[in-house]
Amino acid sequence: MSLLRANGVTKIFGGLVALSNVTFSANKGEILGLIGPNGAGKTTLFNVVNGFYAPSKGEVFFKEERISHLKPHQICKLGIGRTFQVVKPLQRMTVLDNVIASAFLRAKNKAQAEEIAVEALRFTGLYEDRNIISKGLPLGKRKRLEVTRALATKPEMLLMDESFAGLNPTEINDQIEIIRQIKSKGITIMVIEHHMRVIMSISDRIVILNYGEKIAEGTPSEIGKNPLVIEAYLGEAESA
Amino acid sequence: MKKSLPILIVILLAVLPLIGLSSYLMHIFILVIIYSMIGMAWNLLGGYCGQVSFGHAAFFGVGAYTAGLLYSKLGVSPWWGLILSVFVVTAFSLVIGFICLRLRGPYFALATLAMGEVLRVTSENLVKFTGGDVGILLRERTWVGKTWFYYIILLLAIGAFLLVKKVIESKLGYYFVSIREDQDAAESLGIDTTFYKTIALCLSGAIAGLAGAFYTNYMGYIDPKVVFNLHDISIVTIMVVMVGGVATYWGPTIGAIIMVFLAELIRSNPGLGAAHQTLFGILLIFIIIFLPNGIVGDFRKIIRLFKPRGALR
Repeated sequence: MSLLRANGVTKIFGGLVALSNVTFSANKGEILGLIGPNGAGKTTLFNVVNGFYAPSKGEVFFKEERISHLKPHQICKLGIGRTFQVVKPLQRMTVLDNVIASAFLRAKNKAQAEEIAVEALRFTGLYEDRNIISKGLPLGKRKRLEVTRALATKPEMLLMDESFAGLNPTEINDQIEIIRQIKSKGITIMVIEHHMRVIMSISDRIVILNYGEKIAEGTPSEIGKNPLVIEAYLGEAESA
Repeated sequence: MKKSLPILIVILLAVLPLIGLSSYLMHIFILVIIYSMIGMAWNLLGGYCGQVSFGHAAFFGVGAYTAGLLYSKLGVSPWWGLILSVFVVTAFSLVIGFICLRLRGPYFALATLAMGEVLRVTSENLVKFTGGDVGILLRERTWVGKTWFYYIILLLAIGAFLLVKKVIESKLGYYFVSIREDQDAAESLGIDTTFYKTIALCLSGAIAGLAGAFYTNYMGYIDPKVVFNLHDISIVTIMVVMVGGVATYWGPTIGAIIMVFLAELIRSNPGLGAAHQTLFGILLIFIIIFLPNGIVGDFRKIIRLFKPRGALR
């Protein structure tokens, strides 16, 4: 069953067509990878789903409810969490306070918010670092903090924008482990990633964008063989 | 020690008028408290919520004129202005918020700067309503001495302090700081940023307006150039918070003490008096370079500076 469905989404900035007639759906409980060369429109697609941009044409549905006219905070409330490519923690707050701030969305009071926050921190393994000012965290943990904050809003679906960029191999393995655990909680995940090893190993299905258009969709093994994908990533088939 | 310190300070402030200070010194203390109150108001919006306002004189002035017009137009005691100003300024803040809060960063700051100036010029020209540059004079004063005025503003300021503290420690506080640190991230974490920014603006405006309403009662005279003053209120308020410490509970109070005494010191010196704005500017540059978090925020840094470390320095 599809949890999120985008129908012919087009986004135009002035004369630039960033997304053109993109249709895809994410099924409940799966990990959907979103890949494509730089500038292909991946983050723009996230911004449309997340509500930062209204699509120029087309619609987005979440649980069969049209969300493409809603604001980001309303969409978050409906159950779509998001992490950013450039991590945006609340610099001058402790890790715990960061997570409490987002946990308030589903909490009646501070005690309850703290409870949700602690639970999320234990889940992502940041509990030991809870009293550190988040400015001082290494990048790997800051990326994990982003995920923790999104999880504290108790999403049904999580959009992850390049959660692996800039991480070392150990941190990448930790992050993969966390994504798998999030999936096992029944949360649907859509992930943008350049790291091919990561995307191939975690995704159930993959959607590929190039120049704002969806050029292919399928399981990792299908995608790996698709000539259009190889061309988009490695240039002409002959030279590849 | 840490717990009893605020109580100690309150007791100290409460007995201050009893030791027989001169009327001039009492006036200075009242000014300090007024500025610390506007500072707290600014800090809530600018320090915690990150919406830097260059027009807090607007809220202060609207509060002051609420009390003044009650007296001049309706013949009601201007003390009722303390209560009414809260409602008037909150309503005013809602309007301003609707217009200005869709702007971000420097654009918001510029819009608030314009807001203060627009109100000053408007009240100067609405002669029939506000009395224009002639201002509003309260013919009968409640007290000649300063003691009761001092206690009233002290009470109001303590109230404002506790309100800010309560707000910042609640869900609102977390949301304000989230908005300050990154509005887009806050939005995508489910925070209705427009709504919460409006709340911050209304709270901040109401506190500044209350200080304004008190000012009318205390001074017994207001005119547009005084209560909507860009430099003496809007800018000095920012300096009060910057010097004391942005986004700290005690920053506005510490800043107000320093700024008011400094201003009096400079003005009382005939050689320096004319240059007091220049000197404030230089002070601000030094604060930004050396104590970016203000005296309260960088307190440890200052302590370290004065600790004799023998060979180290």
